[in-house]
Amino acid sequence: MFLDFSKLFGKSKSSKDFAKERLKLVLIHDRANVSPQFLEMVKGEIIKVISNYMDVDEDSLDIQMTRTKSEEGDRFVPALVANIPIRKVKDVGK
Amino acid sequence: MSEVIVITSGKGGVGKTTSTANIGAGLALEGKKVVLLDTDIGLRNLDVVMGLENRIVYDLVDVIEGTCRLKQALIKDKRYEGLHLLPAAQTRDKSAVNPEQMIKLCEELKQDFDYVLVDCPAGIEQGFKNAIAGASRAIVVTTPEVSAVRDADRIIGLLEANEVRNPRLLINRVRQDMVKRGDMMTIDDIIDILAIDLIGVVPDDEKIIVSTNRGEPAVTDNKSLAGEAYRGITKRIMGQDVPIINLECEDGFMFKIKKLLGLKAN
Repeated sequence: MFLDFSKLFGKSKSSKDFAKERLKLVLIHDRANVSPQFLEMVKGEIIKVISNYMDVDEDSLDIQMTRTKSEEGDRFVPALVANIPIRKVKDVGK
Repeated sequence: MSEVIVITSGKGGVGKTTSTANIGAGLALEGKKVVLLDTDIGLRNLDVVMGLENRIVYDLVDVIEGTCRLKQALIKDKRYEGLHLLPAAQTRDKSAVNPEQMIKLCEELKQDFDYVLVDCPAGIEQGFKNAIAGASRAIVVTTPEVSAVRDADRIIGLLEANEVRNPRLLINRVRQDMVKRGDMMTIDDIIDILAIDLIGVVPDDEKIIVSTNRGEPAVTDNKSLAGEAYRGITKRIMGQDVPIINLECEDGFMFKIKKLLGLKAN
C-alpha cells in the first residue's frame, strides 16, 4: 500500500534501500548476540518500571542493541538504545 | 619487515582465492618476495587459480607433519619473480592442522618473505581459526549482497576477538550499472554498515573469469578494470596512498574519458 502510493509520485524505494535497512536490523541482533525474546523481556521490564512514573506509548516504544564507538579509543562497544515516547508524567513522588 | 596478511570473508564464493592470487601476483610485480598460503585443506583452489596445479609435489600438511622440508613444498611461480605458493592438502581435512602449528609456519615463512598471504577457507570453524592464527593483518572480502555483508560483519567481530586488529575491507564484484539504478548497495552504504576502513573496490569484470580459465591473475592484464583495481589494492597494502578506483561518479570527467577509451564496460 505504502509502496504503491509512493510509486505514484515516482519515489519508489530502491531495492538497495531494503537491503540496507534489513542488514542494519539483522546486524543489531547478530552483534548483540541476543534473541528477540531477550529484548522483549528487557522491554517489558523497562515499561514496568517507567510506568510507575509516567504514561508511555507502548506501541511506538523502540528498543535496540547496537554498536557505538567507545569514549576512549576507537573500539566498538555494544549499546542499548531505547526510544520511549512519553504521554504524560505522573504525579507520584513529586 | 615482513607481514602475514589473512584474506577472509566468512561467506564462500565472494572472491577470497581470486583476491589472494591477484594481490600476490601484484606484490610480486612490485618486486616483493611473496608466498601464498592456501589453508583451505580438502578444498584447495589457489593452485588452479594460479595455474600451478601441475607442479604440486608436497603440501601444507606435509610440511606441518614433517614429511618434507618447507623449501621442498614451496612452488616457485616462474612467471613472476619472487612469487611462491604453498598449496593446501586435498585429501585431508581442516583438523590436520592446528593454530599453534600455523603460527610456527608463518613465523618460519616470515624469515624468507616480505609478505605471507593466507587464503582462508569459508566459514568460522577450525579452518578459519587456523588461517588467522599467524596473521597480523586481515583483508575482509565482501560483495554488495546482504548475505556477504552480514557474514563479513561476523568475521570482523571474530577478528577483533582474536586480536587481529584493523581489518580492511575489499568490496568485490561491484556493478556500477546496478548501483546507479539503486539495485545495489553503494560503497558508502557498505562502509556505513560495517564501520571499517576500505582497502579497495573491485568491479565485476568478465576478465576475472577469463584469466582464471587461463590460470593467469588479472592483475597482470593492463586492459582489465579489475586488474587495475587489484594493482591499486597492492599499492595500498604496501602503504602507498593511491586513490580508490573511481566507480562512484559515473558522470564525472574521468568516467567520460575512460568510457571514451573503452576502459569501462558500461
